[in-house]
Amino acid sequence: MIEKALKGSTGYWVWMLFLLSIMGVGGLSYVQQFNYGLGITGMSRDVTWGIYISQFTFLVGVAAGGLMLVLPYYIHNYKAFGRIVILGEFMAIAAIAMCLMFIIADLGQPMRALNVLLHPTPNSMLFWDMIVLNGYLFLNILCGWVVLQSEYKGIKYPRWIKPFIYLSIPWAVSIHTVTAFLYCGLPGRHFWLTAILAPRFLASAFAAGPALLMVIAMVLKRTTKFDVGREAQDKLVTIIGYAAMLNFFFLGCEFFVAYYSQIPGHMHTLDYLFWGLGHGDQVFNNLVPFMRASVVMGLAGIALIFVSRAKQSDGLLVVSCLLIFFSFWIDKGLGLVLGGFVPTPMDYVTEYYPSAQELGITAAIWATGFFILSILYKVAISVKLEKDA
Amino acid sequence: MNSKRRDFLKIAGLTAIAGIAAPSAFNTLLKGEANASSAPAGGHGAAAVTGKRYGMVIDVKKFTENPGLAQQCVTACHTVHNVPDFGNRKDEIKWIWVESYNHVFPENTQYKRPDSLKEMPILALCNHCDNPPCVRACPTKATYKTKDGIVAMDYHRCIGCRFCMAACPYGARSFNWRDPRGKDANGQPFIKELNPKFPARMRGVVEKCNFCTERLAIGQIPACVEVATQTKALVFGDMNDPESEISQVLKTSFTIQRNPAIGTHPSLFYII
Repeated sequence: MIEKALKGSTGYWVWMLFLLSIMGVGGLSYVQQFNYGLGITGMSRDVTWGIYISQFTFLVGVAAGGLMLVLPYYIHNYKAFGRIVILGEFMAIAAIAMCLMFIIADLGQPMRALNVLLHPTPNSMLFWDMIVLNGYLFLNILCGWVVLQSEYKGIKYPRWIKPFIYLSIPWAVSIHTVTAFLYCGLPGRHFWLTAILAPRFLASAFAAGPALLMVIAMVLKRTTKFDVGREAQDKLVTIIGYAAMLNFFFLGCEFFVAYYSQIPGHMHTLDYLFWGLGHGDQVFNNLVPFMRASVVMGLAGIALIFVSRAKQSDGLLVVSCLLIFFSFWIDKGLGLVLGGFVPTPMDYVTEYYPSAQELGITAAIWATGFFILSILYKVAISVKLEKDA
Repeated sequence: MNSKRRDFLKIAGLTAIAGIAAPSAFNTLLKGEANASSAPAGGHGAAAVTGKRYGMVIDVKKFTENPGLAQQCVTACHTVHNVPDFGNRKDEIKWIWVESYNHVFPENTQYKRPDSLKEMPILALCNHCDNPPCVRACPTKATYKTKDGIVAMDYHRCIGCRFCMAACPYGARSFNWRDPRGKDANGQPFIKELNPKFPARMRGVVEKCNFCTERLAIGQIPACVEVATQTKALVFGDMNDPESEISQVLKTSFTIQRNPAIGTHPSLFYII
C-alpha cells in the first residue's frame, strides 16, 4: 500500500521537495544547537521553555482533535464521516510525531532521553505524557493502517481492531489531559494553576484539530478528486464552531477568576498577555498584539464558519477555519507556555524572543510533520479514489 | 448494536478507573524511592519526626551589620562547586545569591516598610523543601530527596527537560545552556579555578544548591555557613535534633519562610 506514496504528480513531488529543503535547513540548525547547547535558543534562566514546548503543547491538541471524527463514526455509526475519519487518524500520527520531535529538540541531553524509561517515575507527569503520547501514536498507526488496508483489499476491517479503536477514544482525551497536567500541577505558577486547564486544552483541540483537517480537505478537493462530502463538511462546522465557543467561554472564566478575585499572581500573566504588564518603570507587552489578534481572529472565525455553512461557501469555510486555527495556535502555541513564565516566582520579568536557529528547527519539525502527513494522505486518498473508480 | 454499545461503555469505565487508580498505586509502591508525597498529612499539621532533617536559618540583620559577608558566602559556594560565570543574565548559573527583600518575599505587600529593608542583602538558595515540587516533576529521579531532607541531584541522569525549573516556586534552579567548562571569547575559562574535589557539570543539565552534601559526608559544614561561622549569620543543622543549634534558634526567634502558602514546607528560615 505504501507504494502509492511513490507515484504522484509533479505538484506532489515539488511539494515534497519543498518540505525536504526546509527539513534540511532546520537540520543544520539542529546540528548547531546540538554542538553548542540550548543556549543557542532564546530561552533563559527565567523563561526555561520556549517555542519548542509551546508547539508541542499545541500539537498534542491537533492530535487529540482526531477524536471528533473517530467518535461519531465508530461509536455513533455516523456514516457521513466514512471518508474523512482516516484523515483524522493520519493527522494524529503526524501531529504526535511532531510532538515527540519537539520534545527531543528541547532536551538538554537528548542522548539520555531513554532515561525516562530506564528510571520510570510515576510521580512525574512527563512520564505519563510519554506513555500516553506513544500509546496514542501506536493506536493511530494500528487502527488507521489496518482499516485502510482492509478497504484496499475490498474487505471489511477485522473484528479484532474494534477494541483498539474504542480504546483510542478515551486515549485521545488522555493525551491532552496529561499534557495539561504538566502545567496545572505546579505550585507557584499561578497562570497555569487552574483546574480548567485540561478542559480548555480539550476545547481548543477539538476546534483547532478539525479546523486544520477541514482546510486540508478543501485543498484536496481542489487538487485531487477526493471530496469528503457536503454532509461531513457541514457536521464538522458544528463541531468546530461549538468547540471554539467553549474555548472562549473557558477563557472568559479565567478572566473572571483573576480579575474579580484581584489576586495579583492570577492577574499578572493575563495583564502581561493582553494589556501589558507594568513592572518597575517599564511595561512588558511583547505578546499583546498576538494575544489580541488571537481573540479577534477566533471570534471572527466562529461567526464566519456558520455563515459559510449557511451560504455553502467553501472559500469562506477555509478562511474561517484558518482564523480559528491560527487563533488557537497563538493562544496555546505562544501565550500559554511563554506567559506562564512571566513574571517569575521571584517577581522578575524576562521577555523571550526565539533565535533564528530555534525558528529554523521549529520550521523543520513542522515540515517533517507535513512530510509524514503528505505520505499518509497520499496513500489514503489513492486507496479511496481507486475504490471509487 | 445496543449490547455492543453497553459492552463498550463497561470497558471504557473500567479503563478510566484503572487510569485514575494507577498513579496512586504506583506512588504507594515507589514511595520509599521517589518520596513524592512525604508531606505531613493535612498540610498544616506537624511532620512526624523520622531521622534527620537539615535546615538553615538566615539572619538577615547580621548580614546587614556585616556588609560584604553575603557576597563572601556566594563566592565560597560558587568556588567550591565549580559554578561557572558566563557574565550574562540569560545563561546565568547560581546556587546562592544576594537578592532584595521584594524579590525574595514578593507575596508580602506591607503598605509602609522600614527603609533599611531596601538595602538588606538577603541570600536566596534552594529551600530544600520537605515537599519538593521539583522532585515530583522530575521524570527520571535525577532530582530526589535524601533521607536527611536534602533535595539533591544526579547530574549524570538529568536529561535536561527543565520540568524541575518550571516546578520550582523559588527560582532556585539553573540550567547549563552552554558548556560550563568552556572559555569565553577572550580565552578566559567560565570556571575561574577548577576545584578537583567536586565535579564540574556538562552542558544540558540542571543544577542547584545541594546543601553541601559532599562536605557533610566528611564531617564539614556547608561552605556558605563556614564563611559566616563567626557572626552566626547562617545557622545550619538537624532540625529534628532538639539539642542542635538550629533547633534552639528556631525555638527562640521568630522566623519567616518563603511563600509558605503553597505547601512546600521549606527548610530555610529567615530572621528579618
